[in-house]
Amino acid sequence: MPDTLDAPITLADGTDDAPAYPIKRRCPYHMPPGYEELRDKSPISRVTLWNGRVAWLVTGNEVGRRLFPDQRLSSDVLDPRFPLLAPRIEAQRQQAAAPPLVGVDDPVHARQRRMVLPSFGIRQVNALRPVIQRYADELLDKMLAKDPGTTVDLLTEYALPMPSAVICTLLGVPYEDHHYFDERSRHVLSSSGPEQAAQAQQAFTEILTYLDNLISRKQDEPGDTLLDELISRQLEEGKVDRHELAMLATVLLVSGHETTSNMIALSTMALLAHPEQLQALRADESLMPRAVDELMRYASIGDMLMRVAKEDIEIEGHLIKAGDGVILSTMLMNRDPESFERPDELDIHRQAGRHVGFGYGIHQCIGQNLARAEMEIALATLLRRVPTLRLAVPADQIGVNAPFVLQGVTELPVTW
Amino acid sequence: MHISIDSNRCIGSAQCAVTVPAVFEQDEDGLSTVIAGREDGAGQPLVREAARACPVQAITLTETDRT
Ligand code: HEM
Ligand code: SF4
Repeated sequence: MPDTLDAPITLADGTDDAPAYPIKRRCPYHMPPGYEELRDKSPISRVTLWNGRVAWLVTGNEVGRRLFPDQRLSSDVLDPRFPLLAPRIEAQRQQAAAPPLVGVDDPVHARQRRMVLPSFGIRQVNALRPVIQRYADELLDKMLAKDPGTTVDLLTEYALPMPSAVICTLLGVPYEDHHYFDERSRHVLSSSGPEQAAQAQQAFTEILTYLDNLISRKQDEPGDTLLDELISRQLEEGKVDRHELAMLATVLLVSGHETTSNMIALSTMALLAHPEQLQALRADESLMPRAVDELMRYASIGDMLMRVAKEDIEIEGHLIKAGDGVILSTMLMNRDPESFERPDELDIHRQAGRHVGFGYGIHQCIGQNLARAEMEIALATLLRRVPTLRLAVPADQIGVNAPFVLQGVTELPVTW
Repeated sequence: MHISIDSNRCIGSAQCAVTVPAVFEQDEDGLSTVIAGREDGAGQPLVREAARACPVQAITLTETDRT
């Protein structure tokens, strides 16, 4: 008989078979306490969510790669059975409209994805590289104008404004408005605590309203950015309605901010803790693309990807029943010893290609080429221009995000 | 070997084009195609890895008599 979520469980060692989840990281890039035990139960185990609900946790790399593309697993956040990691997300669901791309299944997903895909291709991203480089240099010019020995927050001075400026440029949001989004995107993706649910909700609505107004302005005065193209090729031809377009732009803007900025901050911190690897990167910038993939694997900042089963799925002796919640842990899949040797070690020289840090299946990150370019340029420029860069406080005093949001640090005080 | 891409499944992740740029390329729509004349893999060692990396398994490799 296959094992199901509601089957009674007896365990010889008497430990809790479905531990509370998610678990807060102590260090922003190491596995949180309890992950060793979950990894021992690979490839699939169970966890208990905040509201007492038990869900499946997928931790094995190979099994995860089989499940990610499985169409019986749905990203439909409006399904009342969709598993939620915290009450604040419950509040966000009251919006009654699913976020485009991430929160919908095919065929709606495929239609939306193909609308925006051309702007995220390799050629388009390569054409943006000089722009990305210029933003990186401008931000460092400002930072380095301060006296050596000054403490600055690298997150707000560099890691966040850089991707922000880039996604604003790509979408066609005027540069002078990008500060407006920096803070609001943070509230949407990384605010912690149930009391901030309202704040996250409000930030999302404000961004949505801003973009809706921007669409009107652009209809009067067209330009040549992604948003302009979407207006002329999709909106005015009736292929997308106005609300969907504004929502789509909001999702792109928000996901383009916080994700990359957290990775730039965490990568900097992880490299400072591995000086010999940092030195190797400084000496040979051609190592950067591979290093970025390894850092993605190692930090796995989008650890928990949620799905709901629309049909029964039998896998590895388990029966995932229709309606069950399934959580794919990218961190555990990326640290599966069957797929990666010495999985808990950072090794920028390894071929980390098979990580799932950008997800897998139809929702695999649409911004991954852009994110890679941003990370490569941000890190290479920082290492090159600030040779004496170091943390301004001990690493263990740096605040770590709540466990149910994108992983990252609350600030990154550095000096040089 | 013969390589084909199911363009209905492709989500334009560009994994294939990044892994083996000599065989795969992205078209104007952001979807990937096999470069004309390279359907046999052009002797590129990483073709299999690219097929494996595809997040939606849109790449099919068929063995022919002579690979
Ligand atoms: C290092 C930075 C980034 C990381 C770690 C990251 C991670 C991810 C992950 C794990 C997913 C899959 C979600 C799922 O399966 O449920 C995803 C999807 C997505 N990402 Fe990223 N991302 C990054 C950068 C970006 C950037 C720069 C953009 C720019 C627009 C972006 C836009 C999106 C969108 C729109 C989706 C949904 C795609 C779909 O559903 O088809 N991401 N990302
Ligand atoms: S790896 Fe697969 S999904 Fe990605 S571009 Fe190539 S064929 Fe398309």
